[in-house]
Parts: sequence; C-alpha cells; structure tokens
Amino acid sequence: MNSLISLEKVNYQIADQHILHDVDWQIPAGAHITLTGPSGGGKSTLLRIIAAMISKTSGTLIFDGQPIESYDTIMYRRQVSYCFQQPTLFGETVADNLAFPYQIRKQVMDTQRVVTALNNVGLSERTLHQPIIELSGGERQRVALIRNILFLPKVLLLDEVTAGLDENNKQIVHAWLRQLNEQDHVTTIMITHDATEIAAADQLAKVVAGRLEVHA
Amino acid sequence: MNLAVNNTSLFLAAMLVLVALGISLWQKLGLDRDIVVGVVRAVVQLFIVGYLLKYIFRVNNLWLTLAMIGFIIFNAAWNAKKRGPGIDHALAISLLAIFVSTGVTLGVLVLSGAIKFVPSQMIPISGMIASNSMVAIGLAYRSLNSQFHDQRQGVLERLALGAGLLDASIAIVREAIRTGMSPIIDSAKTVGLVSLPGMMSGLIFAGVDPVRAIRYQIMVTFMLLSANSLGSIIACYLAYRNFYNEQKQLK
Repeated sequence: MNSLISLEKVNYQIADQHILHDVDWQIPAGAHITLTGPSGGGKSTLLRIIAAMISKTSGTLIFDGQPIESYDTIMYRRQVSYCFQQPTLFGETVADNLAFPYQIRKQVMDTQRVVTALNNVGLSERTLHQPIIELSGGERQRVALIRNILFLPKVLLLDEVTAGLDENNKQIVHAWLRQLNEQDHVTTIMITHDATEIAAADQLAKVVAGRLEVHA
Repeated sequence: MNLAVNNTSLFLAAMLVLVALGISLWQKLGLDRDIVVGVVRAVVQLFIVGYLLKYIFRVNNLWLTLAMIGFIIFNAAWNAKKRGPGIDHALAISLLAIFVSTGVTLGVLVLSGAIKFVPSQMIPISGMIASNSMVAIGLAYRSLNSQFHDQRQGVLERLALGAGLLDASIAIVREAIRTGMSPIIDSAKTVGLVSLPGMMSGLIFAGVDPVRAIRYQIMVTFMLLSANSLGSIIACYLAYRNFYNEQKQLK
C-alpha cells in the first residue's frame, strides 16, 4: 500500500528529555485517523513534526514520496495543514480571518467559497462580518477550522479541536470532517481524549510515553 | 550674551548633583553610586569631546570628519544593539540602519544647502541624527521582542496556515516600526509648546534671532523624522527574520 506520509525511526528530544522514541508510522492517502493517548505523551509533538512546525531530531519523514527536507516549508504547510487546540483569531472580524489564506497566496477572497464553507459548519453568511469578540467558543473554533481548508490541503492535522465544544458543535464538526475526508479526499489525523470519538474511530493510533501504537 | 560658564560657576553648579545624591540617600533609592559614576563619566567624556572637537574643527580635514562621524555611528549602533537582546546580528543590523538613516538624511541636508560640509556642522548634526535613530531602533527592538513573545500563538497559527515569514510577522513588524517612530512624531507635535529643543535653545543662547533659530529647529524636526523612520524600517525588516530558524519555524 502506498503511504502518503511515512515516518521511520522518528525521534524528538529537547536537551536530554526524550519526547518521541523511534516512531514508525505509515499513513495511507485518504485515511481518517484518531490519535489518542495520555496527556504529555507526545501526541501534539508528533503532529507538529508532521506539520513542519518543529523538526524531528532524527529519523526520516517522507511526504508524497519525497523527504520533508526537500520541500519548501511554506508550500509544504499549505499541503499539510495544522489546526491548533483553542486557536486565536486574527484582526477584528471573521472576514479578516477567512481572507488570510487568500492574502498569503496573493489572491482576492472568493466570497462564494467562503460562504459555502461557513454554511458547511453551520454558520450563516452574516457571521462573515461579525466582530470576533462576539463569537462563542464553538463559533471561533469553526471559523479557525475553515481557515485551514479554504484551499484544500492533502492532510489536515487537528489537535483536540473538539475539546470544549458542546455536543451539538461536536456533531457539526464531526460531520464536516467526514465530508472533507470522504468527498474531498483529505487525509485527516485528529487528536482527541473524547471517549465517544475514540469509540467511533475508523483507525485508532495511540502515543504512550513517546511511543506509537497503531491499532487496526 | 552670557556664554561664560567659568570653572567657578561650573563648580558651584555641581551643587545640583548633591540635590540628586541627597534625594537618593534620603529615600534609600540606592542610586548614589550610579549618580556619581554618571556625573564623573559625563564630565570626563564631555571634556575629552570638547578638546577633540576643537582639534577636529581647527584641522578641518575631510577624513578626520568622516572618521568622527563613523565613530558616532558605531557607538549609536552598539547602544541600539544592547536593547535587542536575543536578536542575532543586532550590531550589524543596527550599524546598517543607523549608517543609512544618518547618511541619507545628512546627504539631503548638505545637497539642499541647509548645512555645509564643515566639521563644526557635520559632526553635531550627525550626532543628533544617529542618537535619535539609535533610540528609535532600540524601541523597535524592544517592541519586536515583546510582541514575538506575547503573540507567539498568533504567529504559529499564521505559519501553520502556510504563511511566509513576512506574512506571519507583518503585523508585529508594523507595530515595531510605529513604536520606533512615535516619540519623534509626538515631540514634533509639542515642539515649541512644551520644549524648546537643544538646537534652538543653543542658537538663542548664542544670541541668534529666535525667528532664525526656529528655522534650524524646523530642519531638525524634518531630519529626525526621516532618520527615525529609515532607521526603524531597516532595523525591523532585517531583524524579524531572526525570530525564525532555517526551517522557517518560530524559535
């Protein structure tokens, strides 16, 4: 099976603190993976390495057939998009945030596409011009998620993005993620501690004390 | 015209230092050592500079004048650098920023005929420009450092969305430039109302008609605006990259 992302003996350490040990992981294109494990075990570190937000200490990481080092980091991050837990929104309005992916590509915001994306996560067109300080936690998280997919990445890495959301918001985000995965073929890896999400996982992987365990 | 500050009156004026010392001791500020060191340094430095300038003005040699300007620029860069701890190459960046801002501003002043290329005009004006540029750059460095610290999460998120380093930092860079420039803009607004700045006061002291003295002050305001904006923009645009590593990750 062809892997979209392949990790071999990936290690990460800060000074003499070993955070990830010899991680081997084959991630097929189109996978929808749930990543779990105890806090401080190294889950976020692993996703941040895959997102090129930090660099592994040793080992190899192959993306789409090429080692990560061979890509321009900025272009790579546009294909492997990382969404933070409790993201901060920029500027003053929702539009400032959704225009950002267009600005960095020197393009004009495609309002139709943005409105469709808002609708897909249960937000109305009116939200676009709303000041960010008026948004609820769930609305903020959904706006942040849209920022990552206005230009569809090949891989979407989600760091506990549903933590702190109520059931209704969680359902909306789950349905939306599944649609991204099934219709748009975006490979997704989602970190979670939520028992329901873990139980519903298609493919489950666990990071415990810096070691990866993959469950079929 | 009274320009005769003789040694006796200077000695009596030194009593004013005792006021500061007295306050420090009385209020237990622990500044007495710093005050003494500061005063001794000021006196020694100014005497040396006084005799040095007297010599340079008398010799009126092009290379000596340029060397003195270079010395001023280097010292200004060295001091600006100290305000940017953690910024790599801060000395080289400050040197370039102060060199360009001083050079361009001096060039315009000389070419427009506002000042003459003689040591007695070039050196004091260079000192004013370089020291203002130094303060602006120092403020800009401090602003870069504090913003990259406080807005770390926002920068990380912009990077994660695939922003280039400038796109991820532009809001911070602009704010730092603004911080560097704001003192001169504020002082331009209050000049004459709150302070009668050094250039103008000096001319008035020397007996120059105030209406002529203000023309020099207007020129000073223009030149400091130019120097501060050039110094801030060059320093910020060169320094922000230092907050990232070669893998384009935030340090």
